[in-house]
Amino acid sequence: MDRKLIFEISKEGRKAYSLPACDVPETDIETLIPPEYLRKSEPDLPEVSEIDLVRHFIGLSKLNHSVDTGFYPLGSCTMKYNPKINESLANLSGFAKVHPYQDESAVQGCLGILYNMDMMLAEITGMERVSLQPAAGAHGELAGLMIIKAYHESRGEYNRNKIIVPDSSHGTNPASASVAGFEVVEVKSNGHGCVDVDSLRSVLNDNVAGLMLTNPNTLGLFEESIVEIADLVHEAGGLLYYDGANANAILGISRPGDMGFDVVHLNLHKSFSTPHGGGGPGSGPVGVKKELVPFLPTPVVEKNEDGYYYLDYDRPKSIGRVRSFYGNFGVVVKAYAYIMSLGADGLRKVSEAAVLNANYMMHKLKKYYHLPFEQPCMHEFVISGQKQKEKGVSTLDIAKRLMDFGYHPPTIYFPLIVKEAMMIEPTETESKETLDGFIEAMVQIAREVEEEPETVLNAPHGAAVSRLDETRAARNPILRWKD
Amino acid sequence: MNIIEGLKYSKDHEWVRAEGNKAYIGITNYAQLELGDIVYIELPSPGDKFEAGDVLGVVESVKTAADVYSPVSGTVVEVNEELAESPEKVNEVPYESWFVILEMDDPSELENLMDEEEYGRYCIEEGK
Repeated sequence: MDRKLIFEISKEGRKAYSLPACDVPETDIETLIPPEYLRKSEPDLPEVSEIDLVRHFIGLSKLNHSVDTGFYPLGSCTMKYNPKINESLANLSGFAKVHPYQDESAVQGCLGILYNMDMMLAEITGMERVSLQPAAGAHGELAGLMIIKAYHESRGEYNRNKIIVPDSSHGTNPASASVAGFEVVEVKSNGHGCVDVDSLRSVLNDNVAGLMLTNPNTLGLFEESIVEIADLVHEAGGLLYYDGANANAILGISRPGDMGFDVVHLNLHKSFSTPHGGGGPGSGPVGVKKELVPFLPTPVVEKNEDGYYYLDYDRPKSIGRVRSFYGNFGVVVKAYAYIMSLGADGLRKVSEAAVLNANYMMHKLKKYYHLPFEQPCMHEFVISGQKQKEKGVSTLDIAKRLMDFGYHPPTIYFPLIVKEAMMIEPTETESKETLDGFIEAMVQIAREVEEEPETVLNAPHGAAVSRLDETRAARNPILRWKD
Repeated sequence: MNIIEGLKYSKDHEWVRAEGNKAYIGITNYAQLELGDIVYIELPSPGDKFEAGDVLGVVESVKTAADVYSPVSGTVVEVNEELAESPEKVNEVPYESWFVILEMDDPSELENLMDEEEYGRYCIEEGK
């Protein structure tokens, strides 16, 4: 495909604008800005006409795959559909045009949304209160770990400097723990990707601040020993942190608070249908049990007896602010719209359908691909391309071939504990026809591996570009158009 | 499989070549095949001390990032700077591409590692 860079279609003198003549006296720029701050040469900007500019960027945008254009089965990240009503409501001027410095009395509706959202997320997770400040999942993790640290220190337990994570955890868990100043201790998982209780027991001592866990775990399996794990960690004086990345499996069915978790973060951009990835921004609220409420970030939105909402800054034990103002407010409004439009029953149905869809696909695909864990899954599952690898076709090739069928490939080579892993999460919104279409494509690819492996090895055939040299791009990245 | 005689091997797929008290440490052919094209290597500094099992460095490939563990305890006396410039060497000649030379605290720790035969069997098991 011959697609030129915007710089390459540039022609000197072409403009996409036409400005009227200047009607105020012109002043020499050097009298306004000291010469040492002025650049010596003209910036090398592309010069194009309006129509060429529009065609260039619309053309690029058409190469995108998005959840609005096709199925997107990315596991471990819940890339779900964002209902359009969320956007319409967040765009109402009363939400979109408020200013964070407006007086409390002038933004009672917005503060009410923040307060009610705090209450609803607390109910969904089984926590006491929730801070909506963190701007993303990993930010929520960091805030949660800072709260855990502040809690131990308030009890004079300064020696609690270790956080335990399972070897199948999301990479952000050890990273956040490390940024929060903890030492990371890894525990092995057992044959089902769940925490090995004996390994856990052997690392518990009075240096342990807490354990971070994703449940269902990264393999899409429910941590069956969770109550025993929680008891063990609590007996050792540690706290339990729930990574909410996989909350799409449990909404309205089970609650981290009831499982024994003390701190939870949720990703509104995953489980609560707000835009994700490049479309963000995100939001990673962090919730805590009662004894940890004093440590939540300031300010906390409170409501007095007259129903008046106010910002409470008088919280001496707080870890302080973790973000400017009140978090990504627009994102909170979208998630609020989602929860209110579904209600408690609707949220439960979300998880039921998400789990059912994943199990349906897993069951259909296990005849053609190796299934490392033969048990019902939650909202996502992991299959392996090991059988195909023996024929010389890797999981990467299968992922590339899927693009020819119009699907975004699933997450591959993650989690690390499964060889040739493909991690598939259909989400709740997809119809049986869509699921069957994807299954058919996967079955056809499995057949191609047997009969005509070249078709898979040389895929994609229909994409704008085929195999890119990822190795060269990583070893010798060219980050500018020209030097 | 390509395993070299006379080296010692860890369960995390590092190799050790001992010369007196000095241990040359790298990753095995099996490890580089599993990782795929390596694009970046993070090495420790001379003088750094490691216990057996500590994270010595990081290898990043197009597929994944993985820790490299120290198979024995000791102090880094030299790091292979060439690898930082040309990480592809590890793919091309894994058993010549040592990451570090450690001055071992206790050469008897080598006995905890596998020989080529044990490691070969271990890899076959892992591959299943």
